[in-house]
Amino acid sequence: MTVAVEKPEQPQKPEPPLKTDAVPPAAASGARTRKVGRGTVVAAIVVVWLVLFALLRGRQTLTLAAADLTDLHRWINDLYDSIGANRNSNPLFLYFFNEIRLVIDTLVTFVQELISQPSAGRPLPQIGWLGVVGIVGYVSWAVGNWRVALLAVAGFTFFGLQGLWQESMDTLALTVSAVLVALLFAIPLGVWAGLSDRFNRIVTPFLDFMQTMPTFVYLAPLTLFFLIGGASATIATVVYASPPAIRITAHAIRSVPETTVEAADSLGATRRQALLKVLLPMSKRTVVMGVNQSIMAALAMVTIAALIDAPGLGKTVMQALESLDVGTAFNAGLAIVVMAIVLDRVTTAASARQETTRHASGRFATWRRPLLAAGGAVAAVLVYMSHTYVWAAEFPGEGGAGSSIVKAADTTTTWVQDSLSGLTNAFRDAITNGLLNPFQSLLTDSPWWLVAAVLIALGVVLGGWRAGAVAAVCVGLLVGTGLWSDAMTTLASTLVATVLVMVLGMAFGVWMGRSPLVDRVLRPTLDAAQVMPPFVYLVPFLALFGATRFTAIVAAIVYAAPVAIKIIADGVRAVPEATVEAATSAGCNTWQIITKVQLPMSRSALTLATNQGLIYVLSMVVVGGLVGAGALGYDVVAGFSQGQLYGKGLAAGFAIVLLGVMFDRITQAAARRVSA
Amino acid sequence: MATQVRQWRAGVAGAAVLGLALTACGGAKVGEDSAGSGGSGDSGKCGTFNLAVNPWVGYEANAAVVAYVAEHDLGCKVTKKDLKEEIAWQGFGTGEVDAVIENWGHDDLKKKYITDQKTAVEAGATGNKGLIGWYVPPWLAKEHPDITDWKNLDKYADKFKTSESGGKGQLLDGDPSFVTNDEALVKNLKLDFKVVYAGSETALIQAFRKAEKDKEWVIGYFYEPQWFMAEVPLVKVKLPEYKTGCDADAEKVACDYPVYELDKIVSTKFAKSDSPAYNLVKNFTWTNDDQNTVAKYIAVDKMAPEAAAKKWVEANRGKVDAWIK
Repeated sequence: MTVAVEKPEQPQKPEPPLKTDAVPPAAASGARTRKVGRGTVVAAIVVVWLVLFALLRGRQTLTLAAADLTDLHRWINDLYDSIGANRNSNPLFLYFFNEIRLVIDTLVTFVQELISQPSAGRPLPQIGWLGVVGIVGYVSWAVGNWRVALLAVAGFTFFGLQGLWQESMDTLALTVSAVLVALLFAIPLGVWAGLSDRFNRIVTPFLDFMQTMPTFVYLAPLTLFFLIGGASATIATVVYASPPAIRITAHAIRSVPETTVEAADSLGATRRQALLKVLLPMSKRTVVMGVNQSIMAALAMVTIAALIDAPGLGKTVMQALESLDVGTAFNAGLAIVVMAIVLDRVTTAASARQETTRHASGRFATWRRPLLAAGGAVAAVLVYMSHTYVWAAEFPGEGGAGSSIVKAADTTTTWVQDSLSGLTNAFRDAITNGLLNPFQSLLTDSPWWLVAAVLIALGVVLGGWRAGAVAAVCVGLLVGTGLWSDAMTTLASTLVATVLVMVLGMAFGVWMGRSPLVDRVLRPTLDAAQVMPPFVYLVPFLALFGATRFTAIVAAIVYAAPVAIKIIADGVRAVPEATVEAATSAGCNTWQIITKVQLPMSRSALTLATNQGLIYVLSMVVVGGLVGAGALGYDVVAGFSQGQLYGKGLAAGFAIVLLGVMFDRITQAAARRVSA
Repeated sequence: MATQVRQWRAGVAGAAVLGLALTACGGAKVGEDSAGSGGSGDSGKCGTFNLAVNPWVGYEANAAVVAYVAEHDLGCKVTKKDLKEEIAWQGFGTGEVDAVIENWGHDDLKKKYITDQKTAVEAGATGNKGLIGWYVPPWLAKEHPDITDWKNLDKYADKFKTSESGGKGQLLDGDPSFVTNDEALVKNLKLDFKVVYAGSETALIQAFRKAEKDKEWVIGYFYEPQWFMAEVPLVKVKLPEYKTGCDADAEKVACDYPVYELDKIVSTKFAKSDSPAYNLVKNFTWTNDDQNTVAKYIAVDKMAPEAAAKKWVEANRGKVDAWIK
């Protein structure tokens, strides 16, 4: 949700999170005196809250039973039904939605017939595995370097060895089409938002909405508007994948130095010239990072899109889960992870290359062109062969590696489930009874106006008047959704999860920030945890922790902790070497350096990690609803599954957005204050 | 410039040689023998048959068998679409779905799409009986036989307490796809239980599986036919008997769930077409045992749906012939 900022001094290691990427902040200098004052006020608010809670417990809590509806929910149901009933006669559908669908469907079908699905008159797609591997290797080398090309070739061959070639290509086809469409809109909109403050202000809430609204909520309407199939799946993915690209492009345009633009102006460049010759070329590197983020977001949608018949790896995951077949689900999940890592590394290398080519010269540059041509020719030959010969078109073998992976994953899960469940139960009960239950009852059993007042007051104290006003609006709308009590239950789990995320983030972030070796070892694991579809690890988690709120919290931590860890690690690394050395020579031990120097100096990184951690945790609320979290997550899932609960599900999705916006604005405003 | 051209030429020549070398060791060509195997693809008047596949194994079993017969006996081109129920029904209107082959009640959807929008029609029962209710793991029913009557549940409420149930016994609920009256039931039967929403079938199965293995106390909402019953034969708890209309007012329900006659729904357009696939869907019936057999092939023996269907069809040719005559 935050505006993404790239760190120019470290082009090799950009953040690869899914949603947005990190704002590695400038080192902060504290405003000590004010902070102490603020701490006291917060403490006072909490004390007042506790006292009033003790007095007024259980009154005016605005609870709503799982099957009950409010008028708002019923009204949304009726609206939805009437759209469905009039679909075939409405001119908006006949001449607008149907046309869009047609265009996108044609695009998707075209890409699919190219690489994944049999096309007219052929039992196999136009380009077989050898051709795809050739093209991927060549393109990776041309836009990146030979190392990522090698990685890409290895990764794509791995899909074949897993026995998932066609599924992987379906996923790739859908991702490529969705990212193409997303960029078609995102880059112009991003440029506009970068040039105009006003447009930026208008578009930001929409982007927040698109990113935090749970996909489950709009899947059913999408199939109503754009029918079942590739087009709907692509559009669902586009909705989720374009915001990061818009934000990052806008940011890239904004961070072109003022002086450069002024220089262009003074040379008499028109607006158009300034844009095409100065702004765009200078922000190319960051825009490529936007493409990267867009791809990662698109891959995060793979499993969910499978619910509306999107072909590919997501389907394999979902089908395996019907019979709780963790091994098969893991195998397909691993393919998604490999695809994400390959695409991430290639686009990252491409972005780094934008930086280096401008300065590159000498022998290599003169050789590059003929080498490129030769590589292109080789790729073309491979494509031709894979078009013509069966052995190059159909991946040979039965996917032996795949079945060993399936077996290994099954054995591991069984072992973990059998040997750890006693331990995990004790841990779960400790956290649930010690932290979650008291906190949840404080939030849900207080009168609603009390919690509302506390939230607004905290917003004002931590983030200032503007953040307070946003909090007030969000609280008002939350009451309006009719799901206040559920929202508070979700909020309690979310905050507990965020606290745990921050504990992990600090521990591992500091460790990674202090040791490049640890960083190198941990980073791929963190990437994998972020892109592995949660559905895969839900089954073993359920075995370990049962269908409880705690299981949902653990799932959220797996997804959100990597982001926090990476941000904190970058923050710690950004602390000037000289300062650390000065502290060492002053006789500080390691613990003192961490707690007195490195953590305080990366305070704004910590605030940012909290912000992103919370937003990522919120985006797992719906997944939590599938494993026992109840509340808003369950409302959304049930709304997706049962017609008469649709309106309630939509309202619940909206409530999640409101929680997200409220905390994003408060933490961002707090972060600005800290770093000011 | 001249050197560049030379290098260019060298590169292209090299690539060409490489290409020729690779082509020489070629092999079978794509599409060479497709003419031979395409003989049965004479689809005649059947054309394309869009079959929704809802996400549970029992449904998958029905769909696999119907699709197999439609493809091999009727020469249809079957397109299976993996969809949740709501979206599948919505597809009747948009023309994207021809048939839903196992429907559990869903009176709300029937009203919306059959009565109001008239985009769908019923196509008879599948022969399967669907049971919904409260179940306990077999070890519990064996050690405490009286637990299978709701009247004795309160006696054990203490044992069913969990971290989620706030001091009461936990009734694990909530595959979100099914309507549940459980909150009303608990209230109206005055049981000392709290409904906890597990949120997915996966969560329910995992809970029962673990309960049976580690002898834990679990009671929850479940249904049959379901492949998991073959692995852990859960025992149904008796609730006050169902009588027609006793569940009319959702707030006041105090009786068991009805026995569902699982049925088939097709789109109005499909019913009016003279596609042989429609007759197949209309005539398709089989027993719970039949479905469990195929579901077991898929879920436990991990066979592909097509392979599972083939095995069953070959063993039950007589039943299949009755559907397509």
